[in-house]
Amino acid sequence: MSTLRKFRIWRGDAEGGDFKEYDVPVDPGMVVLDVLHRVQAQQANDLAIRWNCKAGKCGSCSMEINGRPRLSCMTRMNVYGPDETITVQPLKTFPVIKDLVTDVSWNYRQNKRIRPLKPKPRDADGEHRMYQEDVDRVQEFRKCIECYLCQDTCHVLRDRDAQDRFVGPRFMIRLASLEMHPLDDDDRIPEIRKDFGSGFCNITRCCTEVCPEHINITDNGIIPLKERVVDRYFDPIMYMGQKLFGISKRR
Amino acid sequence: MLDVSELKTIETDVVVIGAGGAGLRAAIESSAQGLKTAVLSKSLLGKAHTVMAEGGMAASMGNVDKRDNWKVHFRDTMRGGKMLNVWRMAELHAKHAPARVKELEEWGAVFDRTKEGLISQRNFGGHRYPRLAHVGDRTGLELIRTLQDHGVHQGIDFLMECTALALLKDGERIAGVLAYYRETGRFVLLRARAVILATGGAGKAWRVTSNSWEYTGDGAYLAYEAGAELMDLEFTQFHPTGMVWPLSVRGILVTEGVRGDGGILLNKDNKRFMFDYVPEKFAAETADTVDEATRWLNGDKNARRPPELLTRDVVARSIRAEIKAGRGSPHGGAFLDIASRRPAEFIKRRLPGMYHQFKELAEVDITKDPMEVGPTLHYFMGGIRVDADSQMTRVPGLFACGECGAGMHGANRLGGNSLSDLIVFGRLAGVGAAEYIRTLSTTPRADDEQIKVAIRGATDILNRESGENPYVLHDKLQDVMEDGVGIVRVEDEIKQGIRGLEELKERAKTMKAPGTSQYNPGWHEALSMRSMLVTSEAVARSALIRQESRGAHTRIDYEGERDEWVKCNIVCRKGSDGHMEVEKVMRPAPVKYLEDIANSKIEDLESGKVGADAPND
Repeated sequence: MSTLRKFRIWRGDAEGGDFKEYDVPVDPGMVVLDVLHRVQAQQANDLAIRWNCKAGKCGSCSMEINGRPRLSCMTRMNVYGPDETITVQPLKTFPVIKDLVTDVSWNYRQNKRIRPLKPKPRDADGEHRMYQEDVDRVQEFRKCIECYLCQDTCHVLRDRDAQDRFVGPRFMIRLASLEMHPLDDDDRIPEIRKDFGSGFCNITRCCTEVCPEHINITDNGIIPLKERVVDRYFDPIMYMGQKLFGISKRR
Repeated sequence: MLDVSELKTIETDVVVIGAGGAGLRAAIESSAQGLKTAVLSKSLLGKAHTVMAEGGMAASMGNVDKRDNWKVHFRDTMRGGKMLNVWRMAELHAKHAPARVKELEEWGAVFDRTKEGLISQRNFGGHRYPRLAHVGDRTGLELIRTLQDHGVHQGIDFLMECTALALLKDGERIAGVLAYYRETGRFVLLRARAVILATGGAGKAWRVTSNSWEYTGDGAYLAYEAGAELMDLEFTQFHPTGMVWPLSVRGILVTEGVRGDGGILLNKDNKRFMFDYVPEKFAAETADTVDEATRWLNGDKNARRPPELLTRDVVARSIRAEIKAGRGSPHGGAFLDIASRRPAEFIKRRLPGMYHQFKELAEVDITKDPMEVGPTLHYFMGGIRVDADSQMTRVPGLFACGECGAGMHGANRLGGNSLSDLIVFGRLAGVGAAEYIRTLSTTPRADDEQIKVAIRGATDILNRESGENPYVLHDKLQDVMEDGVGIVRVEDEIKQGIRGLEELKERAKTMKAPGTSQYNPGWHEALSMRSMLVTSEAVARSALIRQESRGAHTRIDYEGERDEWVKCNIVCRKGSDGHMEVEKVMRPAPVKYLEDIANSKIEDLESGKVGADAPND
């Protein structure tokens, strides 16, 4: 039942590396990660791959497969032609550690910069009340599995020159999930603009396209944040109000 | 020769090994107690196996059905665990869970809501009332992300992709951990006054499992080598519904939420077979006609629960029996059908992960067609033996919580009781560690020799000229466990399994990993084999001794529960000769109010005839 397939896998480390070819028997129903595991078990015991759940739930096995950022555990072999060579390489936006594994610690540092939820007081009976329609949007953002495919594809980050000014789509939607959280009692708009760089996104929607969780990152997350920033800082009436009377608009 | 003073060294109060729900909750508590805390995470933060939990976390908040309370939850847990649970742990769990769930909301968790705006709760197997707080079918992700995002602001030192190799001691007391960073292959020495293990189970020793690669029994191994005891290892839960096709995803979990939301099990003749498998003990509380089960689904509070929601051990054995009788689905499972029971929109909203998973991995649309499912090794009820209140093992300063600990779930865990277990006992382990540290008058310090031994044990695998391929040994181990200690067990096969394990232990002594120590999966695989072999041996030896069938442990040569066996636990420890000792240990008698509640008729409990004297705090 199995057929022999050609894989080109990038092997190397921070010093450099190159593609190596492997011929691997592939069974029906396999995903790319299965094939890489087969290479690891049979031909290259030391092939470095980062993975965990193998069910699209943890976001560990991100890599670039035939040029597209993807989760290797959710990429079925039958999406490629029967004779197509599969080229697998590490995420380009982050520094390589070894083979298909990159150093994504930058993302963890960005996450830590975001202030946690500042919850409103509970109701008199000790409960927090939120209604499903008010949390639907926040729940969409919280589906994020931190695979960083959006960060990888975001050209602002990929070109590396703006990593100190823009936190990237992943953390824009994390900020959106706090900004739109019915219980959050914090004003996050100034830092979303200044510290986290909402203005850098120019809405090409590449991040939305690669999201394996199908989160509408740009339209539901980043654009509403940009609108809130505009309302606050660039609405001429509000701007005059702030300048002349010190009015500040809160949500 | 290696100089210990040149190792990267971290001095701290508490080291938590494991960064899933239990480890993170333990670290948050330890830090809140004013202790300097470090967390070793074998993967990146937020990727631990907790992330795969789907259905929800059980807590008797009574938001959906006001009749619920801790006593009913406790009774359900004991009945599900076939009365073998450590009574005090099941009590603490039922009492503390609601507060722990609400606390998560404070830290940013966004659960699905009731119409009144409260945390919604769903039905699950073995739970009398809708009890599971949930977020669609991705509750584990919500839990781990909430703890992660809260935890990173608590001054905790997170060591990512860092694996523990050995526990260090000063005499009897814990003195730290030796670990290594995957990224560089370098060793790191953590000197600490207490260590909390939160490493999960060891499902990776079986071929068909819902567990990820991390689940290799590291905590059980580390604790065993350090002199702690393992308990109840014969109880390994086979979740009834894992994917069976395609082969490469065999074992991946299909949430019990499918059945909680109305899904039914069918054989190849389209027969709803679970009505034929209702155990005597649950008959009074289970629907006996399709009509009654349908009324329950439609919200009739007088109707009894459908048989698909019996406990996992029962459902898993029933599916296996249907397959054995030749009535299985084409790929050797049963059909799980929700498409004919609920509208497509409902399914997509309540079970988005399952919809996605089947669509992408199996090319099945679960809103139109049934799923094919079969049993998959899912969870370890057994693990490291701890004190019920402090979570401390018999090694002073060594604690365990979450799946790697033993006792809470007895012979079978109810769905939804795991996530709540993590946050309840994670917190208690943090409190326990703080209380222990307050009693210390001197700081324990490990001598250099044990550190050197641990390092040599790891580097030998790389330095050997040639030797056994760890991947081959792991593959063999999966055959041994699948055949010897699978879902049903018999003496000859278990003994065969133990012989297989003995042989593998010998071969594992000469494992060889090619390449350098930097991010080397072959080396890691070899190190994990040590953990899996000890854990597997404890499972097999315990399974051999327990001559009855109880919960998740099914012996075809000793059918049914036997009264003498509910009185004891099976305990494994490392003997002075280096071999595994296995012992039957008598259980202490429960306090009266707990025994009364667990054995009560539900009407008597709810009318207050039983259990009114139980303290509520």
